[in-house]
Amino acid sequence: MKESGNILFCGVGGQGILLASEITAYALLEAGFDAKKSEVHGMAQRGGSVVAHLRFGEKVYSPLIDLGQVDFMVAFEMMESVRYLPFLHEKSQVIVNTHTIAPPSVATGKTTYPENLLANFSRHNISHLPIDGAAIGHKVGEIRAANVALVGALSNFLPVQKELFLEVMKKRLPTKILDVNLKAFAEGSKVSGQ
Amino acid sequence: MSENSIEKLWLSGNEAFALGAYEAGVTVASGYPGTPSTEILENFAQYDGIYTEWAPNEKVALEVTIGASFAGARALATMKHVGVNVAADPLFTVSYTGVRGGLVIIAADDPEMHSSQNEQDTRNYAYAAKLPMFEPSDPAEAREFMKLAYDISEIYDTPVLVRSTTRVSHVKGRVKPETRETPPETSIQKDPAKLVMLPANARRRRTILEDRHESLVQFSESCYHNRIEWGDRKIGFITSGISYLYTKEAFPEASIMKLGMIYPFPEKMIRDFAEEIEKLYIIEELDPFIETHVKAMGIRCTGKKLIPAVGELNTSIIKKAITGKGAPDLFTPAEIPMRPPNMCPGCPHRGLFYCLSRLDVFVSGDIGCYTLGFLPPLSAMDSCVCMGASIGVAHGMAKALGDAGKEKIVAVLGDSTFCHSGITGLVNMVYNKSYATVIILDNRITGMTGHQQNPASGKTLMGEPAHAIDLEALCQAVGVKHIATVNPLQLKQTKKALKEAIEHDGPSVVIARYPCALLPEEKKKKKTPYSLQREDCNGCTSCLRIGCPSISWTPVTPEEGAKLGYKEKQKGYAQISETCNGCGLCAQLCKSKAICKTKEAQA
Repeated sequence: MKESGNILFCGVGGQGILLASEITAYALLEAGFDAKKSEVHGMAQRGGSVVAHLRFGEKVYSPLIDLGQVDFMVAFEMMESVRYLPFLHEKSQVIVNTHTIAPPSVATGKTTYPENLLANFSRHNISHLPIDGAAIGHKVGEIRAANVALVGALSNFLPVQKELFLEVMKKRLPTKILDVNLKAFAEGSKVSGQ
Repeated sequence: MSENSIEKLWLSGNEAFALGAYEAGVTVASGYPGTPSTEILENFAQYDGIYTEWAPNEKVALEVTIGASFAGARALATMKHVGVNVAADPLFTVSYTGVRGGLVIIAADDPEMHSSQNEQDTRNYAYAAKLPMFEPSDPAEAREFMKLAYDISEIYDTPVLVRSTTRVSHVKGRVKPETRETPPETSIQKDPAKLVMLPANARRRRTILEDRHESLVQFSESCYHNRIEWGDRKIGFITSGISYLYTKEAFPEASIMKLGMIYPFPEKMIRDFAEEIEKLYIIEELDPFIETHVKAMGIRCTGKKLIPAVGELNTSIIKKAITGKGAPDLFTPAEIPMRPPNMCPGCPHRGLFYCLSRLDVFVSGDIGCYTLGFLPPLSAMDSCVCMGASIGVAHGMAKALGDAGKEKIVAVLGDSTFCHSGITGLVNMVYNKSYATVIILDNRITGMTGHQQNPASGKTLMGEPAHAIDLEALCQAVGVKHIATVNPLQLKQTKKALKEAIEHDGPSVVIARYPCALLPEEKKKKKTPYSLQREDCNGCTSCLRIGCPSISWTPVTPEEGAKLGYKEKQKGYAQISETCNGCGLCAQLCKSKAICKTKEAQA
C-alpha cells in the first residue's frame, strides 16, 4: 500500500465537503499517518466552487497539493471535478458524484451546462468512478448523506481499514445522523467494490 | 510512527491559537470577526475560566485587551489584516506604554484575497509600531508561539504581534497540548508615568522603545524559533511562516533559515548564514519584508525579482521561480462556466437588491455577504471600499454632486458593519446636512464570517443574552428624521419604502429587517417551498432576475414548446429545485401565476 498520498475534495459550497474531508482525515490519523488539511472559509462558501486539500504520509510539510500531484479526487459535483483537471496525473483515481448543480450563468440561461464531462477523464485515461450520490441519498433516506457515500467509495482506495472509518464516524457524528451516514458509507463502498 | 501518536490533537491553526492562549493563562480576549481570524475567539470561548467577547470593531477590541493587560491579566486581541488598520491608533501607542499582563495581538492576513477586499502584509506593522512579531508555519507552532509570545510580552514590557495567514489559520495539523499556566492575579496598580501618554511621558517612553528594540534584537539572535537547517550550501533560503513549508518541500536538500520571530531580525545570524551560502534567496508571501531588510544590511540576495509579490505561494511556484522549471506536462483545463459565490436560497438581501436593481441610483456598498449584490443578475452595487465606508462615500458623493445627486445616492451596509463603523458615518451625514439614504440590512447576525453575535443581535460570544441595540431609536437619536423599517422579502412594501426614503429631503434610513436564512432558528421554521407549474410558465424570465440558486432555466425546442402548449416565441421555462427555502420572492414576480407553494400545487 502507498504510504503517502494527496486527496482533493471539490464541489459547491454547502455540499458537506468539510465533513467528508474530516472523516477521511481522522481515519488516516487513526491509521497512524500524519495529515494536513487546508480549506478556505468565508465568502467562497456561499454557493461558490469549494476545494479542500488533504495530504497524508509519515510527515507532511506543505498543506497544499501541487498541480499534477492529486492521487485521489473526490468530486461532489460533476462540473467541479473537471475544474481541477490540472491537479491530476495519469494514475489519479477520480470519484465523482454525477449530481449536477447549475452555476448562475447556466441557471439564468446565458450558457448551458457542459455535456460529456467525464470524457475529460476518459480522454487522458484517468481512472474515474461515477457515483449517483443522490440515488444513494434517497435510498438511505437522507439526501445530504451523499457526501459520506463518496467517502465510502474513497475508502476502497486508501491504505486504511474500513473499520477505522466506521469508528471515526461513531466517535464524531451526532447520534441522530450517525445511522444514515453509516448506511451511506456502506452503499458508497459497495459501488467501487464492483 | 510515534511522532503521529493519537495523544496529539488534530487542530486548525485557529483552534491551536486558542489552545495556546488558554495554556498561557489568558483570561480576557476580545476581537472582531473577520476571515481568516474568526474561529480563534469562537474556540477560545469553549474553555473554562476565561472571558471573551466580540467587540463592535477591532479598535475597541484592542483597547479592551489593553485595559485587561493594565489590570494585570494576560489578554488577547484577534482580527484580520484589515482590522489592524482599524486598531492601528491604539496599537502604535500601546507600543509606548508597554504592558502589565502579557498582551498579544493576532493578525490574520489573507494572501490571494479568498475573502477580503485587499491583500496587505501585516508584518509592516511590526516595523512601523516597533513591536516584536512571531509568525508560525503550522498549527503546532501556532500553539507554541502563543505561549512564547506572552513570556516575551511580559519580559520585554511590550505588546507582541502574531501573524497568521489563511494557510496557517485554516490548515489542520497535529498539535500536542500541554497543561495550563496559572493566570496572573489582577489588581489596580497606578503607574501614570508609564500609562499616561502625554508628551512629557511619551518622550521618555520613546527612548525606552529604542532600548527595548535592541534587547529584542539580542533575543531574536538566540530565539530557538529562528534557526538554520543546514543542507547543500550552494543555494540557501531565508523564509518564514507558510512559505517555509513550501520551500522545505520544494528544496528538501537546501540550507534553510527559518524565521519564527519575524521582527526584529537576528542580524548576526542572517549575516553568518549569508556568508556560508553561495546563492541566497528570500522566499516570502506578499511584500519583500525580509528581503528589504537583508538588502539594507548590504547582503546580496534575490527575492521578489523571482518570487511573486501578488497572491499566495505554493511549492511549484517556488520551484519554478528558482529553477525555471514548472510542474511536468499538466492536463490542460477544460472550458467550463465559472461558479462564483452567490447569496443563499431565501437570503433576505436578495429582495432588497432586486428593488435597488430597478432604481436609477448609485449604490455605495460595504463589506458582508451582501457585497454579492454586485454580481449579475442583480448587479446592484457600485462601490465597496472597507468596513463602514458605504456611508462616508455616499455623503462625499452627495457633497460633490450637489443638487444633481439628489435622489440618486444610497448606502447599503449590514447590521454588524453599521455597529462596527457605520454609526460615525451616519452622525457625520446628519451633522453635515446630507441627503443620501442609508439602508441597514439587519439580518440579526454577522453573516459572512459564519454567524457571530454583535451589539444588535441580542447575544454575546459566550452565549449569554444581551441588550440588542434598537437601530431605529439610535438613528433617531443621531438626528435622522425619516426612518422606515421593512421586510425585504415583501417586494412591494420594500420598493415603496425605498422610494419614499430616497425622495425625502435630507438624510434618511431604511432598515431592511429579516433574519439570515441560515440561522438555526430560521432553519427550524417550517417553510413551504415553492414549485413552478411548467404548463403555466410563459417564459418571461422575471423570476430569473433575482439570481436565486434554486431557480434555473430550461430551454425548449419549438416542437417541445408546441407539445407543452407554448406560444411560438417561448424559448423555455423556469424550474424551482428542492433547495427552495420558501421565501416567495419569485412568486411575487411571476405575472402568469405559475409559481405557487408546493402544497397548493399538490392539492
